[in-house]
Amino acid sequence: MIRYILPFWLGFLLVPLGAASGAEPIKIGALLTFSGVYAQIGEEMANAMDLAFDEVGNTVEGRAIKVIRADTEAKPNVALQKAKELVGSEKVDFLVGPVSSGESVALRDFVAESKIPMIAPNALATELTREKCTPYIIPVAFTTEQFTRPLAQWLRAHGTSTVYTLAPDYVGPHQLIESFTHWFTAAGGKVVGGEFTPFQKTNDFAPYLARVKSAKPDALYVFYAGGEAINFIKQAAAFRIMDSVKLVGPGWIVSPLVLPAEGDAAVGFRGVLNYAPTIDTPENKSFQQKYREKYKRGASEFGAQAYDAAKFIIAGLKATHGKTDDRAALVKAIRASRIVGPRGPISIDAASANVVQNMYIIEVVKTAEGPTLKVADTISQAKDEPTVCKLQY
Amino acid sequence: MTVQLLNGLQLAMLLFLLSVGLSIVLGLMNFINLAHGTLYMLGAYLGLTSASITGSFWLALLIAPLGTALAGMALYQFLLRRLGGGSPMRQILLTFGVIYVGIEIIRIVWGNDSHSIDPPALLSAQMVVLGEPYPAYRLFIIVLGLVTMAVLFLVLERTRIGAMVRASVDDREGATCLGINTQRLFLSVFGLGCLLAGLAGVVAAPVLSVYPGMDIAVLIYTLIIVVIGGPGSLPGAALGSLLVGMADTFGRVFIPEFSAFLIYVVMAAFLLLRPQGFVAIR
Repeated sequence: MIRYILPFWLGFLLVPLGAASGAEPIKIGALLTFSGVYAQIGEEMANAMDLAFDEVGNTVEGRAIKVIRADTEAKPNVALQKAKELVGSEKVDFLVGPVSSGESVALRDFVAESKIPMIAPNALATELTREKCTPYIIPVAFTTEQFTRPLAQWLRAHGTSTVYTLAPDYVGPHQLIESFTHWFTAAGGKVVGGEFTPFQKTNDFAPYLARVKSAKPDALYVFYAGGEAINFIKQAAAFRIMDSVKLVGPGWIVSPLVLPAEGDAAVGFRGVLNYAPTIDTPENKSFQQKYREKYKRGASEFGAQAYDAAKFIIAGLKATHGKTDDRAALVKAIRASRIVGPRGPISIDAASANVVQNMYIIEVVKTAEGPTLKVADTISQAKDEPTVCKLQY
Repeated sequence: MTVQLLNGLQLAMLLFLLSVGLSIVLGLMNFINLAHGTLYMLGAYLGLTSASITGSFWLALLIAPLGTALAGMALYQFLLRRLGGGSPMRQILLTFGVIYVGIEIIRIVWGNDSHSIDPPALLSAQMVVLGEPYPAYRLFIIVLGLVTMAVLFLVLERTRIGAMVRASVDDREGATCLGINTQRLFLSVFGLGCLLAGLAGVVAAPVLSVYPGMDIAVLIYTLIIVVIGGPGSLPGAALGSLLVGMADTFGRVFIPEFSAFLIYVVMAAFLLLRPQGFVAIR
């Protein structure tokens, strides 16, 4: 009997040896939306991340990279549940997400307590980079102010005095409108009215468009993304809003992701965006070409942001020589990295605890290949003012 | 104000096309088909594909409802019919499952993106109604809804088939005793319901976008209308759609913070005060 038990126990001894000699793969949880109105955004982000990791052969510092996708449905409670699964069962080393700011509020405490580095490739509620900041949530996409101040000042400089606002009803858009109202009023303008539409429950904007027309503002400042953006732009064109009112806002509503579906209805929209596919740099041209080869379509700012998020992870891992057990060191390394991505030079500013990047004033123009984003102006390395955030590792 | 009235009416007509099929099926066959919204979504996608292949919206308007009707009848014949007479719970569970299977199939075939159909050139203009500009395509939806309502009413009230349907809704056993082939009637009526759902889908596509999951958004409204209007009743579905369409539109205009749940308040009121619906069939 002992003859059989001995080899049996030896077998158990060998297993941990085997694991220690090979390098553990690095697991990254892609906590994005793959269903609902933001499904295209999540899909493009996951694709762009895969592209970035493919470029380094899916290996960093001798360790394989494995991306695990999880669908949050853009719902805060589902996001938190999936995050717990990714960290608890799958034992991921990083999280990349969320897509929508509403989810970020639900994730904040869990991420801070579990000390899991979460690279945010898109919107974050503003308090998460100010009063409630944590070193473990790393913003690489944009700040609310980068999307409101340049446009507010540009509008005033170009003769717009009154504005009506429209946006979906959740935390990010509320903060966006608040910020825009602040900067537009500071520049001497007036916000004459506004509405927040039920998020993911509004298919028909006709009632709101009729109210805009009766308010008669100089411009309509509007934010929608994904499926809601397509609906809004098409319906605004059907009601000929642009005949009497300038259509402006953050450029996501005419993102290259949804612009083909919107078609000529989007022509004439002016906005601000942190990316345009037409940016003339070698990094962007290579990114667009590779994305198109692999996925048969061009990438939008969402893909660029996710691609940069992956590059930040790679840069951080290189700085810690592939070690992921010291989470504080890893996060410090990521925050200190500077990369040059499709958007241009990107870094994270310590004083404002937020991302620094170029911003572009864009206009949708009609071309032979369909509507495209034309860059009208560039604001170089826009960054927020210093903030109350004190990062505690 | 005129514009808001027209908006409400247009939404009402779209909802009517969807809910009349569900209502008659429920009233006739006592069958709760939660997958009705999936057929609406299928109609929109079939319209999308036919419009891009043929380049004509009008052909899509013809192909999509027929395709949806065929798919629906196949679904009924091979899957749903086996549940006839069973407990409502099984019907709900099965058709609920069909919803999710349907969304995944749509995703596999057409992808995750949001799409849109362009309205035909004929209807892309702006008309002026009572002094206010209004998109011609939305007027088309209103007209189409009213015409469908009239045609269905005539068929139900003035033809023999209509009489058979009404008889079977009132008393199924009695109707079978009279020699009416209820099985074939069920299949045809179910097919008609699917046709109307597909029509609603392709008609809505130029106004709303086409994406996987668009069915769930309308399903709630459709079920509420069936509850309010009374299952099995055409005038009930018409009145219910009008009420829901107007309440939703004017809710968003006057009390936007509460508009999201106004419809549910209306439904709850009906369930408490008049549970058999506007027009009580049984």
